[in-house]
Amino acid sequence: MFELLYQNIEQTVSVILFGIGLTILLLQRNLIRKIIGLNIMDTAIYLFLASMGFIGGRKAPIVVDGVTEVSAYINPIPAGLVLTGIVVSVSFTAIMLALTVRLYRRYHTLDIDVIALLAKGEDA
Amino acid sequence: MSKRRSDWQSRPQNRVRQWFHNGFLALDDEIINQVTKETLRMDSDSEMDKHQEMLDSHRHERTLALERLDQYNIQAWANTRGRKALSRIYVTISFVLAFVMIFFLLRTVATMPRFSDPNAPTNNEVMARYIEKGLEETGAVNIVAGMILDYRAFDTLGESTVLFIAASAVLILLRIDRRKDGTPVQELIAAESDDRHYEPRSDRILQGSAKVLVPIIFLFGIYIMLNGHLSPGGGFSGGSIVSAGLILYLDSFGFEKAGKFFTYKTFSWVSFLSLSFYAIAKTYSFYCGANGLPSGIPLGTPGAILSSGLILPLNIAVGLVVACTMYIFYALFRKGGL
Amino acid sequence: MTFINIFLLGMLIVCALAVSLTRNLLTSLIVYMAYSLIMAIIWMLLESPDLAITEAAVGAGITSVLFFVTLKKIHAIKGDSDHEQTQK
Repeated sequence: MFELLYQNIEQTVSVILFGIGLTILLLQRNLIRKIIGLNIMDTAIYLFLASMGFIGGRKAPIVVDGVTEVSAYINPIPAGLVLTGIVVSVSFTAIMLALTVRLYRRYHTLDIDVIALLAKGEDA
Repeated sequence: MSKRRSDWQSRPQNRVRQWFHNGFLALDDEIINQVTKETLRMDSDSEMDKHQEMLDSHRHERTLALERLDQYNIQAWANTRGRKALSRIYVTISFVLAFVMIFFLLRTVATMPRFSDPNAPTNNEVMARYIEKGLEETGAVNIVAGMILDYRAFDTLGESTVLFIAASAVLILLRIDRRKDGTPVQELIAAESDDRHYEPRSDRILQGSAKVLVPIIFLFGIYIMLNGHLSPGGGFSGGSIVSAGLILYLDSFGFEKAGKFFTYKTFSWVSFLSLSFYAIAKTYSFYCGANGLPSGIPLGTPGAILSSGLILPLNIAVGLVVACTMYIFYALFRKGGL
Repeated sequence: MTFINIFLLGMLIVCALAVSLTRNLLTSLIVYMAYSLIMAIIWMLLESPDLAITEAAVGAGITSVLFFVTLKKIHAIKGDSDHEQTQK
């Protein structure tokens, strides 16, 4: 199994990064750290996708000298998907940071547990 | 009287309660006994009734106190040991979850096709079609740009719309309005005084380097935006580089100067015009493509700057949306307005 | 080529761990910025220059600037007395 994992080392690393990001998201109580964890999960998935499209010994999909043979270029589809994903991840990062700023303005803390306690106290 | 009392005591939940708070109850029992003895000594009925009322109210208070004690005990447990135990369970479960997930995903990765294998199932006929026909059908030298702005342009429209919606959401969340007569509210004054708290108002070094750097950054960003169909880059990266230049300008010269050429009106008009131009242009080309009509847009010679039909204007539109959106994100985060 | 690839991938994991293990929020943000730049280089090695440019401009540039400005908004950069607890 380890030999197979070493052959697919990009994908292995992306899976490990996904796990690290998930653990940060679950265990850190600081909201900013949680958002960074989510971003790490994002980039892990982009790395996975981009590594699926790579083919050894071929060039980036930009036509040089009019050569349009399949065997000259790598797969362009994952690049397009990831390009979409990066921009969407920036948008949701901005929205989550805006929500964080609002929460901080109201409760003066970033700790998610304290915020939950304070919010419960407001309801009662 | 005594029968009633034993009734009350023999109810199961009260027995459990007694078992828990023995001392408290014993003390109470003494008081009740005393009162009962006093009551028995009474002769007239009216006095009996009075004492009965007293007893009832006393019992009521006692049950209330017991309930409060229970609640307090539960809260104390939840606040100290219970909270610790819960958080420990939570940490354990999260670690177990993460490790189980990583394990199964790694098992999956081990059975996947080898890295950089040309015969992997992902490298199928779709990729072959994009590479072989991409140049002559879209006219774009950069196959990725041709793909995301021609074959998959609908995705990109949705993506730009996501950006626009995100900017609107941040606007709703963070914008601080002035009052109707134009005077600033307390929150806005606080935000403005907070904004420049740590920095000098006009930093000469920053302004001098910004004067040199901002035009170069703009030039580079516009180059990347315009060359999206010829070289790596395109609307997204070019737009974010332009917005980085705008942010540098805003940081060094302040909101008064930046507000001269960039207001909410600029943002909404540029975003609206770019998105609607995108939508109209792609509607036209989808309509032509679906009905087999010639679109009438020249593709030009591959490699020239004015080539590849709609991709160049679409890149510019996407780049404008991205630049405006990123800049307004920054401005809203910094001061809650432009 | 393979050595530098494996080295960069290892640095990715180190950076991702360091984000959660550092005590200061500002430090973890700068580590995240470094993570994004390493990711951009890896995409260059994976023959996707479009992604590399976009990640360097968007991931390491705009996202980090947004994070920094948020930190400034909540006064976590200077480490004022009542914000010390927010940094742990």
